[in-house]
Amino acid sequence: MSSENLNSDTQVDNEDEKQDSQEKNANPVKAEEAKLKAKYPGMGQKPGGSDFLMKRLQKGQKYFDSGDYNMAKANMKKLPVAGPDKNLVTGDHIPTPQDLPPRKSSLVTSKLAG
Amino acid sequence: MAGAGGGNSDVQWCFSQVKGAIDDDVAEADIISTVEFNHSGELLATGDKGGRVVIFQQEPESKNQPQCRGEYNVYSTFQSHEPEFDYLKSLEIEEKINKIRWLPQKNAAQFLLSTNDKTIKLWKISERDKRPEGYNLKEEDGRYRDLNTVTTLRVPVFRPMDLMVEASPRRVFSNAHTYHINSISVNSDCETYLSADDLRINLWNLEINDRSFNIVDIKPTNMEELTEVITAAEFHPNQCNTFVYSSSKGTIRLCDMRASALCDQHAKQFEEPEDPNNRSFFSEIISSISDVKFSHSGRYMMTRDYLSVKIWDLNMESRPVETYQVGNCCCADKSSLYENDCIFDKFECCWNGNDSVVMTGSYNNFFRMFDRGYRQDVTLEASRENSKPRSVLKPRKVSTGGKRKKDEISVDSLDFNKKILHTAWHPLDNIIAVATTNNLYIFQEKLN
Repeated sequence: MSSENLNSDTQVDNEDEKQDSQEKNANPVKAEEAKLKAKYPGMGQKPGGSDFLMKRLQKGQKYFDSGDYNMAKANMKKLPVAGPDKNLVTGDHIPTPQDLPPRKSSLVTSKLAG
Repeated sequence: MAGAGGGNSDVQWCFSQVKGAIDDDVAEADIISTVEFNHSGELLATGDKGGRVVIFQQEPESKNQPQCRGEYNVYSTFQSHEPEFDYLKSLEIEEKINKIRWLPQKNAAQFLLSTNDKTIKLWKISERDKRPEGYNLKEEDGRYRDLNTVTTLRVPVFRPMDLMVEASPRRVFSNAHTYHINSISVNSDCETYLSADDLRINLWNLEINDRSFNIVDIKPTNMEELTEVITAAEFHPNQCNTFVYSSSKGTIRLCDMRASALCDQHAKQFEEPEDPNNRSFFSEIISSISDVKFSHSGRYMMTRDYLSVKIWDLNMESRPVETYQVGNCCCADKSSLYENDCIFDKFECCWNGNDSVVMTGSYNNFFRMFDRGYRQDVTLEASRENSKPRSVLKPRKVSTGGKRKKDEISVDSLDFNKKILHTAWHPLDNIIAVATTNNLYIFQEKLN
């Protein structure tokens, strides 16, 4: 199989999968890649922007939102997406009140100034 | 060894000071998130995850100890940002200080910009060493005098008092960024500055906080087509129309604000062609640029990606003129570095005063210096074990496999939780500030 197709991550990964067994010994990086793909089989196959990029843009703790929580509980189908910006973390990834980490401690002087 | 004079490569680095708590149990708020010297090097500012800024001031050199330059002591500390909550999106806005940038000094006061993910603030730090005394209507402690006892009129006079350093917010620049701010940069015109988030760069006037101009927008109409984000941006040190921004794909774009109001069309694009043999799932993550810094001269710029530091000549877009491997992590570790998120660590880099040496941090509390003229590099460690005053730092060596010599550290025993992401070099002297997770180390050149 040709390894010259450099158009997208997805395509290269597909090609690599076929060559895996031969290349595992020859190339440690490919071996690492294979390890990762074995653990996360769905990775790299999704279209529409890298997962990491989306993760980066989402940074920030999602708090309990009763509307989302109740919808998830009722297991409703997702409403039509309002726009591309829609927060991807709604619907399925609802933190429950028990999951929330404790609130940060009150503001004190930095230890660097001590 | 790394040298500052360009011609002398025998610089030895000595421990000078360490700030912060000794205990291993690090509170999240104490994690240092940015370090920056001011333009004279007299002041050193740090920002942390708790939204606090601590400024250190260098003591004037004393005649008693001509062997070392002045120590840095606390000058001012204040709470710059506080945690906020975005009720619309149910998201917490962290108070972590992402960047601090000093303004060049124009009068007695000092000014700096500090930013968290969403809001930039201009802080004025001023000294007060006199206060008015002898009011007619008030006592010295502020209580109002009984007017029946006031029989004469006097003129209040200024009398010396203990030095007080005050920090006050002069401007708050908010609501201009949908995504998280990663960079701010003051223009050489000293009137404007830019702020960059993942997808956009805005231009501000320091005097006007309710309006900013968008100068770069890489947000695709359809977010599903998103392929890269902006990772850092900086204004050119002396050309006020020029700035650069780096991306998660490993490219740097240079823009000229004279060309158009919206600088989506870059004037230059710097990108090193990728070796197709080395391509892997990790390639794109590793090539993401975590920091970009112009040289003081303005002729070169330096970029830091996960494994290397590259120096680019602004006149050549096709490839960097110098590449230095930071090393300190083996290629084989990549999948575990991906799993523990270390592969996403954003290391910064910095130039020395005359652009002859560059420095960047790494894991295991190691930091690396590359002498461009002598083509030498050195690895040093910031640790409490080497913290005897004026003790010379011993170069460290990491063995990448095979035979490990005595005194070498095997790459497998590197502690990936001890990372030096932020370093700063004094603009004029060989004094460096190195931040470990929650401690600030100051090292100085050994003077004989």
